[in-house]
Amino acid sequence: MAKQQKPTMSRALQRREDISGYAFMLPSLIFFVGFVVVPMIICIIMGFTNANMHGGSMFGEFVGLQNYIDLFHDKKFLDALWNTFIIVIVSVPTVCAFSLWVSSAIYKMNSFSRSFYRIVFYLPVVTGSVAVTAVWKWIYDNYNGILNSVLTGVGVLDKGINWLGDPKYALGCIILILFTTSVGQPIVLYVSALGNVDPTLIEAAEVDGATDLQVFWKVKWPQIMPTTLYILVITTINSFQCFALIKLLTQGGSGTNTVMYYIYETAFKMTMQSGHFGYANAMGVILAIAIGLLSILQFKLAKEK
Amino acid sequence: MKTGVEHKSAYKIISVIILVILAILFLFPLYWIVTGSFKTGADIFATDKIIWFPREWTMNNFDRMLHTRTCPLFQLGPIVGPTAPAAYRWLLNTVFMSVMAMILTCVTASMAGYALAKKRFRGRAFLFGLIVCAMALPKQVVLIPLLKEMSVLNLVDNIWAVIIPTVGWPFGVFLMKQFSESVPSEMLEAARIDGAGELRTFSTVVIPLVKPGIGALAIFTFINSWNDYFMQLVMLSSDANKTISLGIATLMGESSIDMGVLMAGAALAAAPIILVFLIFQKYFTQGITMGAVKG
Amino acid sequence: MNMKRILALALTGAMTFSLAACGPKEKPDASGSKSPAQSTPAPSGATQIELWTYPVGNWKDQATVNKLTEQFKADTGIDVKVEYLAYGDGDDQVNTAITGKNTPDLILEGPERLVANWGANGYMVDLSDMLDDTDKSEILPSALKACTTEDGKVYEYPLVMTAHCMGINLTAFKEAGADQYLDLENHTWTTENYFKAIEALNAKFGDNITAVYCAGQGGDQGTRALVDNLYGGTFTNENFTEYTWDNEQNVKALEQLKNTKGVNFDASLQGGDEIKNFYQGNLKIANCWNIQQQLNPNGANTGAGKTVTGDEIIPMAFPSEDGTPVLEGGIWGFGIFDNGDPAKIEAAKTFIKYMCDSEHTVDAVKTATFFPARTAAEGTDLTNVWADDAVMQDYQILMPYLGQYFQVAQGWPASRTAWWNALQAIGQGKDVAETLQAGCAEANAAMAK
Repeated sequence: MAKQQKPTMSRALQRREDISGYAFMLPSLIFFVGFVVVPMIICIIMGFTNANMHGGSMFGEFVGLQNYIDLFHDKKFLDALWNTFIIVIVSVPTVCAFSLWVSSAIYKMNSFSRSFYRIVFYLPVVTGSVAVTAVWKWIYDNYNGILNSVLTGVGVLDKGINWLGDPKYALGCIILILFTTSVGQPIVLYVSALGNVDPTLIEAAEVDGATDLQVFWKVKWPQIMPTTLYILVITTINSFQCFALIKLLTQGGSGTNTVMYYIYETAFKMTMQSGHFGYANAMGVILAIAIGLLSILQFKLAKEK
Repeated sequence: MKTGVEHKSAYKIISVIILVILAILFLFPLYWIVTGSFKTGADIFATDKIIWFPREWTMNNFDRMLHTRTCPLFQLGPIVGPTAPAAYRWLLNTVFMSVMAMILTCVTASMAGYALAKKRFRGRAFLFGLIVCAMALPKQVVLIPLLKEMSVLNLVDNIWAVIIPTVGWPFGVFLMKQFSESVPSEMLEAARIDGAGELRTFSTVVIPLVKPGIGALAIFTFINSWNDYFMQLVMLSSDANKTISLGIATLMGESSIDMGVLMAGAALAAAPIILVFLIFQKYFTQGITMGAVKG
Repeated sequence: MNMKRILALALTGAMTFSLAACGPKEKPDASGSKSPAQSTPAPSGATQIELWTYPVGNWKDQATVNKLTEQFKADTGIDVKVEYLAYGDGDDQVNTAITGKNTPDLILEGPERLVANWGANGYMVDLSDMLDDTDKSEILPSALKACTTEDGKVYEYPLVMTAHCMGINLTAFKEAGADQYLDLENHTWTTENYFKAIEALNAKFGDNITAVYCAGQGGDQGTRALVDNLYGGTFTNENFTEYTWDNEQNVKALEQLKNTKGVNFDASLQGGDEIKNFYQGNLKIANCWNIQQQLNPNGANTGAGKTVTGDEIIPMAFPSEDGTPVLEGGIWGFGIFDNGDPAKIEAAKTFIKYMCDSEHTVDAVKTATFFPARTAAEGTDLTNVWADDAVMQDYQILMPYLGQYFQVAQGWPASRTAWWNALQAIGQGKDVAETLQAGCAEANAAMAK
């Protein structure tokens, strides 16, 4: 840990390091502890209570694991968990594969076209989730949307599909939007990572008669592995957080409920569980654990390779 | 049999074609926002055929979007600005929010990152572990406790209720710690021997060396705050305090009847940030890449 | 070393300062009424109160509402800050505000929220002391009943009411030869004729005639009224103590709707979206209609009572077997959130009195574009508020069909959710009877809580 320093420090020195260290940490710690750590602790505690919007006290009564037991008997929650899982499982690999392919195709182009494509694929990220959602709502519209007009116009469909109203398609439609707003960053990263692969290694492999595919797997892939790992992690976290799309497009209907949206619904919508904060926080804890486990898993898998 | 070279060039041509198609598909939603915002009602509602391009350009959608709600353009203590379309206020609020979040994050994170990388204080490993764990957690999970806290601080429906949690998010600290690792300890030692105080060492030695990191962090924070929606949804309620994202989302709830108005809103929300992106495009890509390499 | 401390202090100081500097700007008078230093000209003591309105007629329109509040300020010295909610997420906003202790002083909506929800949960101020015997005789009994809890507390002071109905595209009906099924004089029709009309429209215009929308709870009064009326089903029992919407009449109605070509069970639409598509001519019959929409022009400004292509829209009652419908009502009025500040509550009461029971009530009612909830206000006769408006006169014919206001039943929010979820499931091909039973049981369970 302390490579640059002497392994043991004198008391005075340690004291000095403590004071100066914490002085530099202080501004950040105020925010971090106050508005991340403390809420997290409250969240965990609330998960074991029947805390309620309508209760006078903040925490209500302690109910042990009741919220967690209820959650795993709550079909709506299990569906939401499943949908969240589907979103992650589908979008993470497709985002990775797609951005890797695009990057491989553009990283050797001249700098103008490279920038052009990078910008194009990054634009949906910058546009912002609300504006993007607004336009897609119109594109998917059952009666007036361009998607149906085009597909029926060219004869792919006889009759328009109710994209966001049909549980067969709704989740897929949402994943597609999520996809367009997710590939921007990975493409930028892959382009730079591929550009940094040592050219002499590639040449050496080519001299040995390796095909393009072999060069890719044997030489490039191992070298861009750290980038892949980073992309996996950020895409996973992003996919878990998919909220605006659900809130603004389907409100969790048509089989698109996710844990993130269900937390919000439980807390603030007027529904069955309206205002049951304990329950909502228990969901939050489960979501956090799921993300944590998945991140660890990804690191493990990447390390084994 | 074709030779490898022919294969290669065929593959190249196909991939270029696919790329062009993809680029068009990715640009289409933006195109649809822009053209939609200038279309007349007749063009938007046309169901018999697709109106790819406005048959007649109109500012009507923008007019209606801007004039459904008005509020003071700004308000600083007792000074109340002139009454203006609420959307302008939302833009100003969003700029204020993003800039404040950016500045505060950069200041606090670069200090904390430096301390974590270079100071051997007790509890350092624990703090760093906590920061890494917190990074994977979606902010939204803690929304109820956060709202309660803001209520205690009397900050509900106040733009600071959105800024503060953003600043607290530990990604910046983590990033700056990674950048500060590369500051040679010898330089810090030398500065100390020269009699420079901690603060001077930090500002004259560390800051110049981690500047690229600060730039990357600034860009990240700016975009993320600009485009955030969830925190704003929960924390802000009155028209005068809304951000542009939240404002447009409200429009969506109110006038789903009116695609033209909605597209005008989307265009207004997206245009400034896209402009910023295009101007600083180079720094964006650098920032993202460095963020990842160091992260 | 002191430098660091100074720096840290300066930073936190700067932040606290900026918090302090920018904090109060959002609520200039948050604590104003409590501090004696601030002298106020208003007799009530509070100079500023906050009102949140749901989109009740033109109470969603800032320019119109400003006129009312400016007049109110000139007369009483009380400044009213207004925020406008949408039905889409207005409830979330109020719930968030309750959690964040940021509720407004006044709110404009109906008894299902003000009385049955926020009132029942103890957030509202009892307004019964505002009602003397004259008021009680003037306010329509059904409105007063809906605004009063069982133990006699009044959480909503009613302003206006209406009957919800259907809108039909008369031009399209005529083109399809379906206008023969309508009783245009009484604005009523029978179930048999309703389905005949859909058949005719379906033959002429294809599959999109009307929608059983179920993307959420928005506008669900339309789907409820449609299903309840077709074969005389009910939604709750007479005392609102049990949800009965799984009765066989409703099962029959939904089965028939499900099997009728041209009726879409559409899980991508809520009431507002349905209206949009109706205006655009995509749908020929709207279930989420009322007089306010009939009176106000659409987004493309082709005139009131017209679609964007200029087709004529007329209001119709929901179809029933014998042609005498039971319509669902809407009652809108003001409630006061108990924020613990007597001065503000007093000011809010002044506002309510001004809008709901004074010579200004006519303006407040006209702004809402509905019918007044009382016959007279402080000597002003209100029965003829709309005497000069032919459309309103015509619409008045539907008012006698108003049914009971069962939306104040316990567990109402849960029942609404269960309802649109059930409609989605039915649209996806689930068995109608089973789905309704399961949903209704859920609603009854919530009622028992």
